[in-house]
Amino acid sequence: MIREEELDLLLNELYQRYGYDFTNYARASLKRRVNRLLTIDRFTSFAELFYRVKHDPDYLTHLVEELTVNVTEMFRDPALFKAIREQVLPVLATHPFIRIWHAGCSTGEEVYSMAILLEEANLLHKSLLYATDLNPSVIENIKKGLFPLSQMKQYSENYILSGGKKEFSSYYMTRYEWAKFDDRFKSKMIVATHNLVSDRSFNEFQLIFCRNVLIYFDKELQDKVLTLFDNSLERLGFIVLGSKENLRFSGIADSYAQMENKEKIWRKMR
Amino acid sequence: MAQNAITPYQYVVLGGSAGSLEVILNLVERLPEHLNAVIIIVIHRKNDKDSILQELIANRTRLSVREVEDKDPIQFNTIYLAPPDYHLLIENKELFSLDSSEKIHYSRPSIDVTFESVAEVFGKSVIGVLLSGANADGAAGLAQIKRSGGYTIAQNPATAEVAYMPQQAINLTEVNDIVNADELADVLKQLLIPHIS
Ligand SMILES: C[S@@+](CC[C@H](N)C(=O)[O-])C[C@H]1O[C@@H](n2cnc3c(N)ncnc32)[C@H](O)[C@@H]1O
Repeated sequence: MIREEELDLLLNELYQRYGYDFTNYARASLKRRVNRLLTIDRFTSFAELFYRVKHDPDYLTHLVEELTVNVTEMFRDPALFKAIREQVLPVLATHPFIRIWHAGCSTGEEVYSMAILLEEANLLHKSLLYATDLNPSVIENIKKGLFPLSQMKQYSENYILSGGKKEFSSYYMTRYEWAKFDDRFKSKMIVATHNLVSDRSFNEFQLIFCRNVLIYFDKELQDKVLTLFDNSLERLGFIVLGSKENLRFSGIADSYAQMENKEKIWRKMR
Repeated sequence: MAQNAITPYQYVVLGGSAGSLEVILNLVERLPEHLNAVIIIVIHRKNDKDSILQELIANRTRLSVREVEDKDPIQFNTIYLAPPDYHLLIENKELFSLDSSEKIHYSRPSIDVTFESVAEVFGKSVIGVLLSGANADGAAGLAQIKRSGGYTIAQNPATAEVAYMPQQAINLTEVNDIVNADELADVLKQLLIPHIS
């Protein structure tokens, strides 16, 4: 395990030299990420990694990609998507125009899942899905709409559990080992890099997803980011968090009510 | 004197896979309400999102039981469960944290991840217990607990439903004790409850 001082040194360098601020990330997880990096890139010591960071700007993209956790899936937590179908979409349907923000969307599985839900509710034509992440490389994938074919069996099961009634394979074409999702979904997505630590609110939404991103932040940063969401959400809009995340103890808790089904969906009441 | 009677151990972390659930249920049933310790359990399970495991355990114990959510405070006399599909980490002496990074030994939660994290933060006050299972997860973590000054226990492979996991630990590190399932509660009570010598 790398030592606290070494981690501080690295974080300071990333901030001073490249402007990436990881100082308020949860330490236990971040330490494991750095250790993993030492292993996969075959550094024999922390000093060696540190030297590389200082002297090789091209290494930065890879470093940031590996420090963050990008694991995701389509219809992850199917019961949540079912609740969105049943309780959130009917409310969104009353709006002339629907804006949704997926903050920390990784490679986009969550965004395509939502686009499918919107289409099945006949709402996609009047929706825009803003897909943002810190990593430029992961969001490139969203524009391509390509996902590993090997995952489709599980995604199809998730889709059915989420209340999907169609043949899941009707949404994509098979290209070698990839599933290529239809371009009509992508045409409703706006893809951009956005760093939740340092970038500001850029629009007002009716629905914000931020799942499995806050777990990597300490409480102080969680609070700051939740305030950013609060400033980016219409009254009576919805915030969706990851299955083990909560806004109960945050500074914005008083303005929000959790939906009645135990799923991690909150509504802005004032 | 009362001061001298305080035990060095305050954190019990248990890991198990196939064949470990029964052992755990029997154990929690026999633990007293005021144990003066934190119990952390990592069991491999199918990725079922409902909290059957929590209910099963809660029905059998007087201690309070909680499936950990992100940044939950660490409280005594409570049994904490690693949630499905997340690694359970110790953020600092007061808080848990979660992480959905890559599986380790095909497992998330991984026993190694939690054992190593507990060892790093709580060192000498840890008792690590590795139970029945068909997976190599947990052996390296138990060795880490030992190196950090904690007390290590493996379920006796001869009486474990699946011997592989505790046997891996025994091969890798000189554990402090090898225990039959039905003795585990007494062994832990001995270690945890202060007795004047
Ligand atoms: C585990 S993924 C979550 C993906 C998806 N929301 C889900 O739950 O399946 C976490 C994502 O958060 C992104 N992330 C981490 N720090 C961020 C930051 N400061 N700003 C924006 N995104 C960030 C990572 O790049 C990563 O893609």
